[in-house]
Amino acid sequence: MDYFFLKLNKIKKNWHFAFVFFLALFLASCNNRDDDASKNPEEIKVSLKMKAELTAPPHVPKPTARRKAKQLIVDMEILEEEGEMTDGVSYVYWTFNGTVPGSFIRTKVGDEVEFHLKNHPDNKLPHNIDLHAVNGPGGGAVSSFVAPGHETVFSFKVLNPGLYVYHCATAPVGMHIANGMYGLILVEPEEGLSPVDKEFYIMQGDFYTKGDFGNPGLQPFDMKKAIEEDADYVVFNGKVGALTGDNVLTANVGETIRLYVGNGGPNLVSSFHVIGEIFDKVHVEGGNLINENVQTTLIPAGGAAIVEFRVEVPGEYILVDHSIFRAFNKGALGQIVVKGEENHRVYRGKIQEGVYLPEGGAIQEMPISDEDFEASQQPEKQLSLEEKIDLGKNVYSQTCLACHQANGQGVPNAFPPLAKSDYLNADAMRAVDIVMHGKTGEITVNGKKYNSVMTAQNLTDKEIASVLTYVYNNFENNGTEVTEEMVKKQRRSKSAE
Amino acid sequence: MFFKLIIGCTILFGSLLSNAQVEKMAVIEGGEYIPLYGRDSARIKVDEFAMDIYPVTNGEYLKFIKKNPEWQRSKIKALFADGNYLRHWKNDLELGKKELVEGPVTNVSWFAAKKYCECQGKRLPTLDEWEYVAMADETLPDARIKDTYNEFILGWYEKPQSFNQEVGSTFRNYWGVYDMHGMVWEWTLDFNSVLITGESRRDVDKDTNLFCGSAAIGSSDLMNYAAFMRYAFRGSIKGNFAIRNLGFRCAQDIEPFRKNKLANENF
Repeated sequence: MDYFFLKLNKIKKNWHFAFVFFLALFLASCNNRDDDASKNPEEIKVSLKMKAELTAPPHVPKPTARRKAKQLIVDMEILEEEGEMTDGVSYVYWTFNGTVPGSFIRTKVGDEVEFHLKNHPDNKLPHNIDLHAVNGPGGGAVSSFVAPGHETVFSFKVLNPGLYVYHCATAPVGMHIANGMYGLILVEPEEGLSPVDKEFYIMQGDFYTKGDFGNPGLQPFDMKKAIEEDADYVVFNGKVGALTGDNVLTANVGETIRLYVGNGGPNLVSSFHVIGEIFDKVHVEGGNLINENVQTTLIPAGGAAIVEFRVEVPGEYILVDHSIFRAFNKGALGQIVVKGEENHRVYRGKIQEGVYLPEGGAIQEMPISDEDFEASQQPEKQLSLEEKIDLGKNVYSQTCLACHQANGQGVPNAFPPLAKSDYLNADAMRAVDIVMHGKTGEITVNGKKYNSVMTAQNLTDKEIASVLTYVYNNFENNGTEVTEEMVKKQRRSKSAE
Repeated sequence: MFFKLIIGCTILFGSLLSNAQVEKMAVIEGGEYIPLYGRDSARIKVDEFAMDIYPVTNGEYLKFIKKNPEWQRSKIKALFADGNYLRHWKNDLELGKKELVEGPVTNVSWFAAKKYCECQGKRLPTLDEWEYVAMADETLPDARIKDTYNEFILGWYEKPQSFNQEVGSTFRNYWGVYDMHGMVWEWTLDFNSVLITGESRRDVDKDTNLFCGSAAIGSSDLMNYAAFMRYAFRGSIKGNFAIRNLGFRCAQDIEPFRKNKLANENF
């Protein structure tokens, strides 16, 4: 409609009337046609023949925009070939047009698709294709069954707008899908989808290999794991890293991004989420229903969704299956890098960083019986220096070693040394306090400045006395023996404050 | 018919198999088995027969077409083989550079395979005979329940270019037959019979047996995915198809086999 009015504005005034009249006629006939078509898309006439543009993921063919329904020739070749699952791991993929997922097919409602399916002569197996966009038995599977070295041609008319999965449906179906034989076909409504700035094609799939995740070498398909639905890899676009590193998707601040997201399965349902974005619009399950302001959308195996969002703030946005172990342990990660100006009205980033030290976080205790209470009141046997050092060594290795290191040398610029430490040897009570309550801020140790954080350690008085005694009697320190009494005194003075 | 046989087979028509040919066959004891698609009531009886130990090689096939030029690539009738027939050969009488003389011949149509066997005084094995022998692993006549057996076959499906190895390079099975799995697909005499249900009213949908859900519902052994694929493959082909991963071997009824053997021994 807008298009016609734009045209109208350019018309010379003296022609105004005539054109408006003509236009009115034209629009009226147009509207009639729309009504008929929406009643019965079977009746949509096709005009010309056209070869379909097919794209490898993550790319999407050009929108059908205003073009009329056509006879659309789709040419696809099935290839069985080795590819990389992740660094050092390869897998024999079965593919439509050499990629997982297979090429994206973009059609318009009413298109008559003439589908040419070719099975490469070197392939071992017969294949076929079941397109969920087809109204007819098997979605075309029966008509498209093709032996290696052969080609079948079948045709169908697309009647229902939406985003649909296609896949191979030759026995054993699960194995053909598990090896990568799926993709997406979009049927645009007559008026086309609204224009956006960026469109991408993403499809999740789960893979089952003899070796576990990351086991190197050529990994064969594992039928047992597939039946048990115990996936080793859950990935976007056929492999780990298909959308990360050098392969990230890119966009600019202010752009609207549309993702065509499918799920080939064979088994797992995807909880598709983009970390740091909210989907402004989701075509639920790829159909007409539009949901708005969605955080995570569920994509069934053998299903799809169209999600749209505008990126307001620059940065990295992570695509995940929010069944989150799949993302961080099985590969279901992708990335959109958005460039442009910061937008502080929307997001200010980190304003300040502080430390939170839980002070006296009381540990709850169960009430105890009188006998136990009596027993607990018995004065405990004081540890000898040797016993303290033994106990202290254990405490040190469990609590202190990670930062202060095995020989108390610390880590330059991060964690101060405990070995030959002037700061430590100067004041034992200060050391007790630091272990008990933590320490933050700048200190100088052996002439070097440290500005770091040590959290309060949840240790008993005996453990604090022992670990400090251990430290003072090792690493060439001054041999101070810290007693439990000193620790208790420090606790009392702190609580008195 | 008589005329066709005369010109079709100049090697051995009406004569005995040579000693070498007899030795290249194994005797398969008769028995019963339940095929993939069957139920208990559908036990299939297989009579004793003899089967080639190895698939037919490029070299053997070359000898055949030298003597029977009408089966050469440039001369074969279009009805009997499609455009892929012996496509991997350099020309009518020369193998391609990378082809092994002792490798299995492939890109051969069913018509050609059938004729080859007939000219040896043999025939193609029936689908049941072939499946019956193919159930065996190294030690058991029916190993279909073993995970390793199924894994080996599934593994082959993922191995590219497996046709490019000499016959006998895979395992020798219980019957003394090699390469039933792991090398090439093989033609059988009635390769497409499984798709016909035998119930004529249902034959309109016969092709659907092996697709999607119906494949799982109709099968007698859900874990036998390896065999599914064999049946699916057979369902996808026609008699004139020549396919890179499809070869064949011959079989013989037990009576003529015994007669030949005896004659050779006495000779």
